[in-house]
Amino acid sequence: MTAEVPRRYGAHARLPGPSRLRLVWVYPDLLSTYGDRGNLLILQRRARLRGIEVEPVLVNADQPVPRQGDVYLLGGGEDLPQILAARRLRSDGGLRAAAERGAVIFAVCAGYQLLGTEFGGDEGQPVGGLEILDIRSGRGDRRGVGEILAEVNPALQLPPLTGFENHQGTTQRGPGVAPLARVLTGVGNGDGTEGAWAGRVLGTYLHGPVLVRNPTLADMLIAWIAGRLPPLADREERWTQQLRDQRLTAVTAAG
Amino acid sequence: MGKLPMRARLATTLGGAAGTMSRLAGRGDGSVIGGVIGLRLEPDLLSLLAEGRQIVLVTGTNGKTTTTRLITAALGALGQDIASNAFGANMEAGLAAALGKAPDAPLAVLETDERYLPAVIKATNPRVVALLNLSRDQMDRAAEIWLVARRWREALAAAPGCWVVANADDPLITWAASAAEHVIWVAAGQRWQEDSWCCAVCGSHLLRDEMGWRCGECTFRRPSTRWVLDGERVIDSAGRISDLSLSLPGRANRSNAVVALAVSEVFGVEPAQALPRLRDVVSVAGRYTRLARRGREVRLLLAKNPAGWLEAFDVLEPPPTPVLLAVNAQGPDGKDTSWLWDVDYRVLRDRRVFVSGERRLDLAVRLEADLVAFDLVDGVDEALDQADGTRLDVIANYTAFQQIRVALGRAE
Repeated sequence: MTAEVPRRYGAHARLPGPSRLRLVWVYPDLLSTYGDRGNLLILQRRARLRGIEVEPVLVNADQPVPRQGDVYLLGGGEDLPQILAARRLRSDGGLRAAAERGAVIFAVCAGYQLLGTEFGGDEGQPVGGLEILDIRSGRGDRRGVGEILAEVNPALQLPPLTGFENHQGTTQRGPGVAPLARVLTGVGNGDGTEGAWAGRVLGTYLHGPVLVRNPTLADMLIAWIAGRLPPLADREERWTQQLRDQRLTAVTAAG
Repeated sequence: MGKLPMRARLATTLGGAAGTMSRLAGRGDGSVIGGVIGLRLEPDLLSLLAEGRQIVLVTGTNGKTTTTRLITAALGALGQDIASNAFGANMEAGLAAALGKAPDAPLAVLETDERYLPAVIKATNPRVVALLNLSRDQMDRAAEIWLVARRWREALAAAPGCWVVANADDPLITWAASAAEHVIWVAAGQRWQEDSWCCAVCGSHLLRDEMGWRCGECTFRRPSTRWVLDGERVIDSAGRISDLSLSLPGRANRSNAVVALAVSEVFGVEPAQALPRLRDVVSVAGRYTRLARRGREVRLLLAKNPAGWLEAFDVLEPPPTPVLLAVNAQGPDGKDTSWLWDVDYRVLRDRRVFVSGERRLDLAVRLEADLVAFDLVDGVDEALDQADGTRLDVIANYTAFQQIRVALGRAE
């Protein structure tokens, strides 16, 4: 795994801390099959506990994607909604403009795939993506379903990634894109890696929801916008930490 | 049974024997194993057993077991034997076992798993298919719901003699049912809408108002309905208004009851005959039962997916009645708990909340994010020890529900 940091859309220079964090949830009507709201709620909770005001913006598929958001979230979806979302996001152009501006994009499963140049449609046919990330996805031989454990790219300095995957996708990265993690248990991208990372754009196959299971990943996304975050009190981390420990133990015991 | 071929008769007899053995051995109620063995001996067993009977299939994400029970109760007015898989064994083997156990019943009301509906339509040539609702459910093992709806369409288009009773308030159900030749549309309501914001025909965003739903871009819209659930009342196909006054609680069960009334009318059972029978149903496979425990009254509610949890919240006793939430993630529950984040728990803020089950930590983190105070407990007895008042409501998913039933069956 390369430790080199790919920088496609701007470096990690911090924007001046905003008075409020604008969290844009892209197309919850099309891309939210699987607890994806959890990623939004956890970002909201962890930012607010740091005194950062949060403005969540839910953008449906018939609405324009605002270009001035700080963090954009995309969730999972079935084949047909995924194709539709890709088509609408391409013609809208807002998400791409935000990416070029250096906004943070965090995408899960179907949302992750459609950030790339191509993904597999309902009959396995190639469908054009948004070309925000240089990745290409297709349909694998079998569905990856189960708990997943992965070691995060050392450049990100995060503890192991835990989550639940449920997909039949395989994803290859182009030269400008690093894997988010290396798979210890599970399927991920299908080549031993999991997810993708370029600049401030992160994609992953993990549900769980992934930011609930991996609070330091949530904090990293907030910090990319708001700068260094103070740690939370133990009582504020208690249940999250217990859940995380339980899931890590369970996947290690099973694996 | 007389005209069943020898091989099918043998398959049924051996299957039935296996079911009895399984029951005696204490492995479940024996309703599946018999069917499994029977189908292995005679793969066409289901069609052979269905032949010559009038069959109702009931499917959807939520309410299958209850609606099956309600239809069976209503059709009781005909005074004929009815075969039914009353305990929710709803795949081919469970259906074959239910028919095999009642060889002379001219009627059958069969709860059918969503994924198996096309095969079961083909095998049983049903007179009526009731389509309740479709929403996300145990996605690690269930098929995607748009795909399910598409397969239903194909199966219904190929079954021209069949009547479909369908919930017109659910857009995906409407899309599936509209492929059938005969449809009786029912305004049964739709509490959970998060899986149906997109037009199944063109994919555009659906618009909703008091008139129902319609696509903003194409012509797909809610059809006009012959039966309407209007609060606590039903408006029947003749325009008559009746109070439902069910014993079963909640909006979801009123919705199930209206579907049951519409199905019954196909068989000539009028609402006036059917309604008293629906009101007699007080508990379904252990659900809604009130049990005495440690001097309190405990009521069990089963909720397996986000839509089911919303419906269970509707049924809760008013605050401050405490509630115990119990979640597992074994095979039958779905092994992923992400769906907990699709449920809005804020309605529980004004009551005491207890949390148990194998995945109670997932619930703890979830409730914390919704600013709902809670206490972790090891089971229903610990919740009762800590709770105030005379009642405790319990909402549990599948295996957690079964565990609590077992615990409540033990001595105090």
